[in-house]
Amino acid sequence: MSAAASLPTSRLAWVLDRLWHNRSARIGGGIIAIILLCAAFAPWIAPHDPMAIDTLRRLEPPSAEHWLGTDEVGRDLASRLIHGTRYFVLICLITTVIAGVIGTVLGLISGAGPLIADAVIMRFVDVLLAFPTILLVLAVIAILGPSLTTAMVAVGIGNIPGYARLVRSAALTIRREEYVEAARALGASELGIIFGTVLPNIVSPLVVYTSYAMPLAALAAAALSFLGLGAQPPAPEWGAMLVNARSFLFTAWWAVAAPGLAIFAAILGLNLLGNALRDVLDPRDA
Amino acid sequence: MREAALLSVRGLAAHFVTRAGTLRAVDGVDLDLASGEVLGLVGESGCGKTVLALSLMRLVEPPGRLVAGSITFDGNDVTAMDTRTITRLRGRGMGMIFQQPRTSLDPVIRIGNQIAEPLISHAGMSRAAAAREAIALLEAVGIPGAEAKARAYPHELSGGQAQRVMIAIALALKPRLLIADEPTTSLDVTVQAQILALLRERCRALGTALILVTHDIGVVAQLADRVAVMYAGRIVEQGPVGDIFAAPAHPYTQGLLQSAPVLGRRRERLAAIEGNIPDLSRPIPGCAFAPRCDHRPTMGERCDREMPPALAVTPAHAARCWRLATP
Repeated sequence: MSAAASLPTSRLAWVLDRLWHNRSARIGGGIIAIILLCAAFAPWIAPHDPMAIDTLRRLEPPSAEHWLGTDEVGRDLASRLIHGTRYFVLICLITTVIAGVIGTVLGLISGAGPLIADAVIMRFVDVLLAFPTILLVLAVIAILGPSLTTAMVAVGIGNIPGYARLVRSAALTIRREEYVEAARALGASELGIIFGTVLPNIVSPLVVYTSYAMPLAALAAAALSFLGLGAQPPAPEWGAMLVNARSFLFTAWWAVAAPGLAIFAAILGLNLLGNALRDVLDPRDA
Repeated sequence: MREAALLSVRGLAAHFVTRAGTLRAVDGVDLDLASGEVLGLVGESGCGKTVLALSLMRLVEPPGRLVAGSITFDGNDVTAMDTRTITRLRGRGMGMIFQQPRTSLDPVIRIGNQIAEPLISHAGMSRAAAAREAIALLEAVGIPGAEAKARAYPHELSGGQAQRVMIAIALALKPRLLIADEPTTSLDVTVQAQILALLRERCRALGTALILVTHDIGVVAQLADRVAVMYAGRIVEQGPVGDIFAAPAHPYTQGLLQSAPVLGRRRERLAAIEGNIPDLSRPIPGCAFAPRCDHRPTMGERCDREMPPALAVTPAHAARCWRLATP
């Protein structure tokens, strides 16, 4: 794709073109691309088995053989980080899909559907919002028991109200547009209008909101793992790695720095890309 | 001469019930339309013509509501239809186009897909067939380079082109009735004439009846077979276009005609109808036009007390004015 100012043929091409010319999009996109590549090809990229214990080489500093050193039972930190990208990607996708799909459907029905549905759904969302998100998440985990799956579901549920509110308000605006009336006059059913007309018109705010929500969700999931409520050791999940290494902070700082910096870089990448997306899709905030 | 009625409206009333009171936007309308006929529905802003147009398709939204009357379309009672039936009727039986063509098109969907959508969902065409048909329809409404334009988004069209696309969409399923609500008001004068000519040509080609809602009496003279003049939620005069223009029977119609500029006739000022339309949130027992009517002083109190019925001028031409009642 050349940088020439050619007329983009589709909206997607236009968005990609604008992103290509945005510095923070390039940096953020680069970080995310590396993470995705690592996740896709982890077994081939990683120099060691991430689970292989070597008690003779515990807490070794970075070396030619162990690029980032080893942890308290002699596992290769670099390999564990690379495999950890899979958890990161999985967490981002699952939490966002749960929150995004359920929240969007609820918001659409609420904003563009019958009034009674709006009342019921919004009261439900109000109840969810009444709890601090972390308390809500802890409650879900308390019910389902601590595991990575539970943590993802819990964080997903915790993010439903945000999506529902956003989509509802966007749908309320779109519903009054003349083209919705026109679609109705042309024989579109109410369901057809909600999913065929309203939904495509709120994609921009949805993408923008997701760019806020996804890194926060990933961070929340990592925090849960750190608290022992998410991914369980020995899984090479970054938050879980962090909690194990924490006791050796003064003797083996690299064991803490590696997962900590990985989380930092990944969240930074998501945020940079999200900022750029926001600039491109939502010119009002620019 | 006239075929069986395609559309027959009796005593139709659409009210908007709000906390401030009940607005009688449409209040007892009788209307008939034959197959393939072009009816001009004329009236000034706020007289209820748009609400009437929406009522015909049951598109009036809360707080608006159809409170009385019947709409018979093609032998079926529209007011009694369930949601599924009315949805099927819209688009297939009746189409509608609006005043602002550019905001009537979905901004995020290519126009080819917008034309194809009803063909797929209502007529059960395959995606490929619908796409081909969409291009043919774009050509039929005079869009140059139809194949390329089918991939365009609405913001890439001019107002005139957008209205052409709306016409293509509304007529895609060959409905028996098209309701055009001020279709040219937002367009350039030069484009207006083209769009009106296109509307007439397409409707004639498909045998579609047309209700043209407008405040522009000149447009009606150009296009309509029959005219219905609306005032304060009622139809005050109805008849063949020639009769109405040659011998308007209702004082309001007379005023409308005098307030329209006529080419070749020079006047210092156009005649205006004094006063404003009445407050529709208050019941009007008599003739709604009485307070503005030049004839009111000579007619006496009956105008204020009693609503005049539609009185025949000729068999096809009627007006709601007491002056037509035999004295």
